[in-house]
Amino acid sequence: MRLKLVPDETHFNFLGSWRITAGFSAVLVVLSIVAFLTMGLNFGIDFRGGTSVRTEATEPVDIGAYRDAITPLGLGDVAISEVFDPTYGPDENVALIRIQAPEDGESIAPSVLDEVEQALQDYDPSLEFTSVESVGPKVSGELVQSALLAVAAALAAILFYIWLRFEWQFGIGALTALVHDVVLTIGLFSVLQIRFDLPIIAALLTIVGYSINDTVVVFDRMRENLIKYKKRELNDVMNLSLNETLSRTILTSLTTLLALGSLFVLGGDVIRGFVFAMIWGVVVGTWSSVFVAAVTVKRLGVKRDWSKGDGEKGGTQFATDT
Amino acid sequence: MLQISLWKRLLIVLICLGGVSFSMPNLFYDRVERHNDAVALMEQGQDTEALRADRALWPDWAPSELVNLGLDLRGGAHLLAEVHVTDVYEDRVDGLWPEVRDTLRDERSIVGNVRRMPSDDPAVLRVAVSEPDGIDHAVSVVSELARPMQSLTGIGASDLEVRRDGDEIVVTLSEAERAATDDRTMRQSLEIIRRRVDEVGTREPTIMRQGTDRILIQVPGIGSAGELKELIGTTARLTFHPVVRQTSDEDTVPGPGELLHPSMDEEGVFYLLEQSPVVSGEQLVDAQPDFDQNGRPAVSFRFNPAGGRAFGIYTAENIGNPFAIVLDGEVISAPVIQSHIPGGSGIITGRFTVEESTQLAVLLRAGALPAEMTFLEERTIGPELGQDSIDAGSIAALVAMAAVLIFMIVSYGFFGIIANIALALNIAMIFALLSLIGATLTLPGIAGIVLTIGMAVDANVLVFERIREEMKTARGAARAIELGYQKALSAILDANITTFITAAILFALGSGPVRGFAVTLGLGIITSVFTALLVTRLMVVFWFERRRPKTIAI
Repeated sequence: MRLKLVPDETHFNFLGSWRITAGFSAVLVVLSIVAFLTMGLNFGIDFRGGTSVRTEATEPVDIGAYRDAITPLGLGDVAISEVFDPTYGPDENVALIRIQAPEDGESIAPSVLDEVEQALQDYDPSLEFTSVESVGPKVSGELVQSALLAVAAALAAILFYIWLRFEWQFGIGALTALVHDVVLTIGLFSVLQIRFDLPIIAALLTIVGYSINDTVVVFDRMRENLIKYKKRELNDVMNLSLNETLSRTILTSLTTLLALGSLFVLGGDVIRGFVFAMIWGVVVGTWSSVFVAAVTVKRLGVKRDWSKGDGEKGGTQFATDT
Repeated sequence: MLQISLWKRLLIVLICLGGVSFSMPNLFYDRVERHNDAVALMEQGQDTEALRADRALWPDWAPSELVNLGLDLRGGAHLLAEVHVTDVYEDRVDGLWPEVRDTLRDERSIVGNVRRMPSDDPAVLRVAVSEPDGIDHAVSVVSELARPMQSLTGIGASDLEVRRDGDEIVVTLSEAERAATDDRTMRQSLEIIRRRVDEVGTREPTIMRQGTDRILIQVPGIGSAGELKELIGTTARLTFHPVVRQTSDEDTVPGPGELLHPSMDEEGVFYLLEQSPVVSGEQLVDAQPDFDQNGRPAVSFRFNPAGGRAFGIYTAENIGNPFAIVLDGEVISAPVIQSHIPGGSGIITGRFTVEESTQLAVLLRAGALPAEMTFLEERTIGPELGQDSIDAGSIAALVAMAAVLIFMIVSYGFFGIIANIALALNIAMIFALLSLIGATLTLPGIAGIVLTIGMAVDANVLVFERIREEMKTARGAARAIELGYQKALSAILDANITTFITAAILFALGSGPVRGFAVTLGLGIITSVFTALLVTRLMVVFWFERRRPKTIAI
């Protein structure tokens, strides 16, 4: 027997209680902004500058002892954390040591690094330094700029494309949903204080990509149904479209989550934050296509008279006659 | 009806076969890599049993392009260096002084005596003349030293700017000349870094210019960024200067045209030197690690004819005087000239270890960097961590793949199997494309592939869902399939184009790991649209033509 997660025909009233769902989203957005403003993001060295040393030892990690070993070197702010991963064996004990950046724009001097490594090895000779990364404040400032630029450019380009292919209301709807997704992701990262590094920006943009993917599929159906059922209420047509695409929405989200879930559990700790952002993004993106994007379009209203002129734009330009 | 012309069918099948065969080498990564290395060495003329054995590991006729593994997967060092391009201006201005002096000397009757004045900005040459009335004449004479520049933009521009400031002549490099100098400095730096990295013989280093004054260096397999920094961060500027005197006072103020440099080995010993070197490292043609008469490590060197002549003349004229061998602002040694040294070869002794003399020989052979560098960013990833990441990434990808495959079969039955075959082809094609364009696979890149596994089925899901819907209303299975593909098309294209836009922006604006992710995501979108719209459709059509079912279970 075939697995059917969604019955053939559903009649959920997605937009009926829009005040509650949109209100829920609005509250989360506000909470995210508050969290971001009060707690801030736990920026990694990519954005803040500094040095990050990854150690691996056969002995258990003793953060206090590591700290005692490094403190005499007077390196300023040093953060040490142990890294846990289900894939590690009992003799793999990994820690991350983060050292504040020097003031002068350069990365760390090799002599300082040698001192750090020597001091740690004096404590535990089995320590190995599996990765050492150092970013000067000059570069990290530029990385922040280019990252913000990337996110802004992506949003603008998408808005433009949607506006080109649909009515402007859909463009606004999609953009609202995207901003919602990005804000909620940043909010979650500041609440949980997960390290925010360069790859997380990639994850953010992927969330944008996934969410828009989802939104466009729903919008596409709305565009089709708006032409098909010219006389029906906008609300009904939109609900119908959401119900018709529901099965696909659920299935795609699930396959993507299956893939990401496996990466989250088995992919190692180096990219766990990255994958976590994407999982959250899939959940939020699916939610926002229905409860933010569609609701926004509904509130803005759509021009219903497709009979002349604009009818072309609403049609399936890419449809071929194969 | 469901018709696809024969040539289209052939083309689709061919592309799929190409994808599979060009992704194959990546399954046997080690063997193919050894084969490729062996082929490269054999082309250079080497031929040993071991090389032949390595070459035989993979057939010569088979595709052998591999996906490059990024540093986070292979381990290695990454450096971002900033070149102090303005350093070069100083040298240029210093080099101008003798010329300016000689020119003005010829006009002595008008300008009087000529003196170089101290300048706050080392990139500015200030010259005073003793006859205030002759200053305007002096400016015009010095102006004639400026040469017109050969450039596309700077029509009529000359390389120097000469003006009068009170009773001094001020000579600076023109804006256009500075830009041209910057460009030359960067190209020289790149070339010299490349030579140095090649000298130590690591594989496939990436050495790239970034922006106006930065260089990105990535060397896989090297133990630490610190090691790399020592190799490429040393300027290795070797010069031979006449010694004015030796002193132990580090506060000695050097007179005009003089330099004070510390000794490399002897604490508290300083040398006052003449600023203009007799010969410099640029005139070296060879340097080799060697040993002196007492068996201590040393570096022997040979000058080119011009350098050899200058060196010969100088040593002949200065027997009994000391001269200093200076490396990057430190005096290695200051021997007394015992005799005339013709032939232009010699030996540098100092307190070297064997490693140091070998390294110094490498640096001298590769040439000096035209300017100093500072390092803005450095990353070292150990090979074990890289291997761990590859292992974890591949296991995760396999599990993800299996989960998605099972899920699709459970949801769509026979059509699920078709989607799964398409998914497998999709992954093969991503790897084929990555190998062919020589892209670099990074850890976020693996994540991009895993995400593609999840999202690639989306296009199929859209089509299948649509066929299900059309089955309710359409007349017959063929019509439902056709309508399904037709109506799902706009959603698939719109959705993928918008995602592709994000991938393109990530690629354009991102750096390092983000770029790697953008490449796999972007390629994944292209291949998944191809497989969903053409490959699965072809499979469905093949199946349909054989069975001609009245209804379909989807």
